[in-house]
Amino acid sequence: MEDLGWWGVALAVLAGAIRVSTPFLFVSLGELLTEKSGRINLGLEGTLVMGAMSAYAISYMTGSPWLGVLVAGLAGALFGVLHALICGLPRVNDIAVGIALMLLGTGLAFFLGKAFIQPQAPILPAIEFGWWSDLPQVRSALQINVLFILGVLLAPFLLWVLTNTKWGLIVRTVGDSADAARAMGYSVNLVRLAATASGGFLAGIGGSFLSLYYPGSWNEGLSSGQGLMAVALVIFARWQPIRCLGAALLFGGAGALGPALQSVGVTQGYYLFNAAPYLLTLVIMIATCSPTRTLTGAPGELSITK
Amino acid sequence: MVDETAPLPTRPLAPAGSPLAGLSLDALRGTAEAVLIPVGALVATAVVFGIFVALAGADPLETYELMYRGAFGTWFSWQNTLQRTAPLLLTALCVALPAQLGLVIIGGEGALVIGGMCSAAAGMAMMGAPPWLLLGVMALAGMAAGGAWIALAGALRQFRGVNETISSLLLAYIAIALMNHMVEGPLRDPASLNKPSTPPLGEANMIGSIPGLDVHWGLVFGLVACVASYVLMRRTTFGFGARMVGGNVRAARMAGLSVAKLGMITCFLAGAAAGLAGMVEVAAVHGSANGSLVAGYGYTGILIAFIARQNPLAVIPVALMFGGIAASGGLLQRRLDLPDATILVLQGIAFVMILASDTLYGRFRVFQPRG
Repeated sequence: MEDLGWWGVALAVLAGAIRVSTPFLFVSLGELLTEKSGRINLGLEGTLVMGAMSAYAISYMTGSPWLGVLVAGLAGALFGVLHALICGLPRVNDIAVGIALMLLGTGLAFFLGKAFIQPQAPILPAIEFGWWSDLPQVRSALQINVLFILGVLLAPFLLWVLTNTKWGLIVRTVGDSADAARAMGYSVNLVRLAATASGGFLAGIGGSFLSLYYPGSWNEGLSSGQGLMAVALVIFARWQPIRCLGAALLFGGAGALGPALQSVGVTQGYYLFNAAPYLLTLVIMIATCSPTRTLTGAPGELSITK
Repeated sequence: MVDETAPLPTRPLAPAGSPLAGLSLDALRGTAEAVLIPVGALVATAVVFGIFVALAGADPLETYELMYRGAFGTWFSWQNTLQRTAPLLLTALCVALPAQLGLVIIGGEGALVIGGMCSAAAGMAMMGAPPWLLLGVMALAGMAAGGAWIALAGALRQFRGVNETISSLLLAYIAIALMNHMVEGPLRDPASLNKPSTPPLGEANMIGSIPGLDVHWGLVFGLVACVASYVLMRRTTFGFGARMVGGNVRAARMAGLSVAKLGMITCFLAGAAAGLAGMVEVAAVHGSANGSLVAGYGYTGILIAFIARQNPLAVIPVALMFGGIAASGGLLQRRLDLPDATILVLQGIAFVMILASDTLYGRFRVFQPRG
């Protein structure tokens, strides 16, 4: 390996942004879709871990990582349905239900995943985009997983669905004014069920990336809070799918900064760099929130910004 | 369905002048509803968890019997249970106190960690002082740090409109990173090789056991804090104001209450409780601050506060129950070969059931006030 010095740091951050951002991207797009329907799902951390576990288990048992991705999505959708059904009952607090499902999802994943900690399952392939370069760092940075590409395409697609289709309009109506949606004859609970289940599906896929590509194995410390940060990421992105893509890349890069600096000898504050994404989110929320008006872009029915 | 807009006349249970005056049948109905619905939800939890355990290949009845034995069966298991109950009492208060004002604070884990770290730093600075002074300063440092941490979330809510649930959660992650940084760097004991820790406090400076019990004094701190919180919230002007804010912020403002001040003070007290839990973990259990502080007590505290319906006194039995469940985990693992995550699954099911049962309040005629 050649020593690239500080260029290496920049390259590592870029590589990290590409490699680490995929779960952020899927989970935040899922959260965005759920929140657009006026409900917040704080339990996507549990969904993510559950997705990671089921993807790995299915890939190990059937030998097909793509089947694992699908099952992870279905498991996530199941959790979304559960969340939506409980929140659909009157007088139930959606924030608290999210925390409960986070606990249940992680618990179930650890319980069922105990048997899959040791064995090695087939993982997802990557496409080499770095063939033109002689530098091994560039080559490894440009090894891009298909899920990342799908996620990048998903962001504009979701934007298009939300702004240009009838389904998108219904979801946004339910999210901005449940009364208006009811008056138009839509079932608020049913629309939110669909949005939360689809959001859970995406979060489950985000989890499958963790266990089937990077870090690429199943263990109980696999997730570092990507599911929790999704909520913050969506606020950061102002409920806009394209900005979610940017935010996911930024958060991925921020997470890679600590190890990258360590590799050039800056070891001070390694753990503080771990806190960088959280601090960033908090600072942005402080800078943009106001006690007198709601956040611009926030769905009107959302409990956390009302 | 019951007409909820009807006025709620109360019928005295006993004639004026008798010792029972003031107690009304309607108040009893309300209490019965607040007790029976959570109990029903816990029974439903037991059924669902029993099915889950059976699917996993264990006998549900044997599981429950083992859990009982592991939690309350012997003197040893009782002590194990009480030991785990102590921090849970305090982290549950970190959720229950702000809940009186309608704030959902879920960052108790952060306040516990930052409180533990700061109390360990205070202990390092005070090394050589008499143990009572050292522990006193440690407790104050832990409470001040934990209190400031949650008060920050409260202040962001009051002055910037930042949602306190999200900010307290973010602050929890920042607290854990900060603790890792300090324990790994400036506060590290060079002798701690495998597990970076602050220098050990030393046996003489540790919080001892309650006489006659093998349980540290943290349990007493927790119990006192629960009772004091109850008195503060139900028997003082401050508590009345706080609960009024929780009931209707605009009405409270109209009545001239300082919503921001009540919120900040309550958040500080809540964080101080969790910070004290962190100090107790350092000074009574681990002997130094290290990664073991991140043990999930903060998250279990959220569950306990919700099951206790945010009532500081009800926190005590619920925390005891979850302390017992946690204590029995080891026995389940050894005897039935169930993974340690079994406890997490049980907690998750219980939490979901309790929240779903919120929808039942006001649905049963028998619990409603009669005219």
